[in-house]
Amino acid sequence: MNTSIAANEGAHAGGEGPLSFWESAMRWTLSVDHKKLGIMYICAGMVFFLIGGLEAALMRLQLARANAGIIDPETFNQLFTMHGTTMVFLVGMPVLLGFGNFLIPLMVGARDMAFPRLNAFGFWLFIFGGLLLYFSYIGSEGLYGAPGAPDVGWFAYAPLTSRTFSRGNSTDYWILGIMVSGFGSMTTAINFIATVLCMRCPGMKLMRMPMIAWMMLVVAALVLVAVPVLTAAQVMLLLDRSLGAHFFDPQTQGSAVLWQHLFWFFGHPEVYILVLPAFGFVSEILPVFSRKAIFGYSLMVAATVGIGFIALGVWAHHMFVVGMGPVLDSFFAASTFLISVPTGIKIFNWLGTMWGGRLRFATPMLFVTGFVAMFIIGGLTGIMLATVPMDWQLSDSYFVVGHFHYVLFGGTVFGIFAAIFYWFPKATGRMLNEHLGKWCFWLLFIGFTMTFMPMHISGILGMPRRIYTYEADRGFEIWNLISSIGVPVQMAGVLCFLWNVVKSLRNGAIAGDDPWDAWTLEWSTSSPPPEWNFDRIPTCTSARPLWDKKHPEDPDAHYE
Amino acid sequence: MQRKFDPIMSSATMPTTTQLTTLRAPLQRAKVGMASLIFMESAFFAAFLVTYLYYIGKSPNGPQPIDCLELGPVLVNSVCLIASSFTVMLAVKSLARGSISGFRAWMLVTVLLGLEFLVGTGIEWRSLMIDKGLTIQSNAFGTNYYALVGFHAFHVTLGLLMLMGTLVLSLFGCINPRRDHVRVDILTWYWHFVDVVWIFVFMLVYVIGRVPQGGAL
Repeated sequence: MNTSIAANEGAHAGGEGPLSFWESAMRWTLSVDHKKLGIMYICAGMVFFLIGGLEAALMRLQLARANAGIIDPETFNQLFTMHGTTMVFLVGMPVLLGFGNFLIPLMVGARDMAFPRLNAFGFWLFIFGGLLLYFSYIGSEGLYGAPGAPDVGWFAYAPLTSRTFSRGNSTDYWILGIMVSGFGSMTTAINFIATVLCMRCPGMKLMRMPMIAWMMLVVAALVLVAVPVLTAAQVMLLLDRSLGAHFFDPQTQGSAVLWQHLFWFFGHPEVYILVLPAFGFVSEILPVFSRKAIFGYSLMVAATVGIGFIALGVWAHHMFVVGMGPVLDSFFAASTFLISVPTGIKIFNWLGTMWGGRLRFATPMLFVTGFVAMFIIGGLTGIMLATVPMDWQLSDSYFVVGHFHYVLFGGTVFGIFAAIFYWFPKATGRMLNEHLGKWCFWLLFIGFTMTFMPMHISGILGMPRRIYTYEADRGFEIWNLISSIGVPVQMAGVLCFLWNVVKSLRNGAIAGDDPWDAWTLEWSTSSPPPEWNFDRIPTCTSARPLWDKKHPEDPDAHYE
Repeated sequence: MQRKFDPIMSSATMPTTTQLTTLRAPLQRAKVGMASLIFMESAFFAAFLVTYLYYIGKSPNGPQPIDCLELGPVLVNSVCLIASSFTVMLAVKSLARGSISGFRAWMLVTVLLGLEFLVGTGIEWRSLMIDKGLTIQSNAFGTNYYALVGFHAFHVTLGLLMLMGTLVLSLFGCINPRRDHVRVDILTWYWHFVDVVWIFVFMLVYVIGRVPQGGAL
């Protein structure tokens, strides 16, 4: 178990010295190993994260001053469409699914996923879906002489997507790129469910699983319900655009509102698909750095499953301004308030875990604490937006943009960074640099607050989202300027992170099997784990198998 | 210290319970995987069914369901498809009993029944397009009809390809009754699913959806 790094690397190379670039590239490309696929998911997601981030930076550059003319309106439309689509489908989904891939088998004590080849298939679908979407920049001109990337917004409302208003093929690239990567997500979800339900090691009952395994199970179920509905809607849109069908064109008895229902039936569960894995990261990292078992494990599981169910019944709170009538408005407002109950339970359980613990503020813990604080703010503005009259006032304003960036950046992205800092030693055998890590956290945290906090104010003042410029003397200028200044600060944070990764891969401190003194099974094998994960399939006696192993005099099993 | 993975050695050192789980696991996960796939496909069809329901009676002009859709041929097709669920069950039962010839015979019947359904749908579509002038562009009814029925037929085709593949494999002697009957059983779940979806499609399109213009719903 205490195999040194050198021996491990030797084992990977088959003891024949280092691999050539070509050999190792082939080894990664042809791999069906869940750990390699997980790492490739995360790396590809981070590349798209940089691209999506640059798109956002260009938009903030344009919006820094009133009446700026750096970017023309058409390009601006493409930028916010590609930014949103990239961040949701090509960053959030793959990075989180990548962590699921890397962690689930290790955490439940299995040697691989249930269907390793299906797993590789899903990954390559995602990659090619992403490339197809970005190919639109050069390929969408078609026969119509209307080049450019998709420009219909990430939720692509009808009838903006009809042939009349969206010429060329850009919208078709949006449909097909997302559809292909969506098929990848669905195959991965099937894999997660089969792995969690069938591949657990002896003794690992459902109620002893690490929280991440629970969260990923619920996420996978949500993917299986939500993503097919988006795919169906996209098929209909494709039929509209290619064969002249009448699903969404109001001029020919189609219904534009139907698209909104179908899209948001996918779109809102998608939000929980993006945030539940981050909840999982927090639920794993917070106890380890508080030196306490998680507070209220079973309640946490119940809250997760509860969120999964309620998440399927809140979608139309995105549509209050459509005019659905008081009955539907009240129903969806009520269900949205309801979902804040299990979410609140989680927050209090995390606080309960920290309470009275011996807190160690290493970088993962900093990001996790940042996550909890920022997610609470995002959650509270979410409750404001669930209030129908308030939503009528604030819908499609920068307030909404601020709200969901608090949830998806302050929430999901902080969670992802926490997870990277926490599991990097396991994946590579080397620690990330703590000093640079703290710089990364504080720069990101300050830059994030500078960028997104003022958006709430400019939104309340009436600034609509998705405008490419605004008039002077409406009170928007100072808030937009602060927002834009936050961008380089965040970029510095991201650069710190990238430099940290490069530096630590070369000469970071050797991690050892269990650098954080943690309690879940992935820390019982070597870092990086061998291809078969465990020499002997581990057995599990409680929710913290490694604690039991380290403290035979006082095992958790006594308290279950 | 070099570590090389030797599955035989490591399984020999595993405790007996682990060995049992590893031996049983593949079938178990195949069942869960297929169940998840069916769950996902249900969501997919649900979107099309709900959309169809939403558009019933919302086509003021163009061909109407009551004038276009005839129950006679589609009833024959439906009976064939539902019957194929029973014949595929008999095929799996033969295989479980160890009778490969019984399996081939019932599988052939199943494939023929499935083919009848597809050919029947094709003939129906031909008459709809040529005699009744209903296309996907005609109106909301045409759009939804071809999308829903077409997607179902697409799934029937996929299921049929899988069944035909199994039949061909069994003709080449690649199906071992003892080893494979559970796998083949799991494969046929998909076929049963396609049949169940057809019951929903049939009820929606040919029963509920044939209300006259401005009727109920």
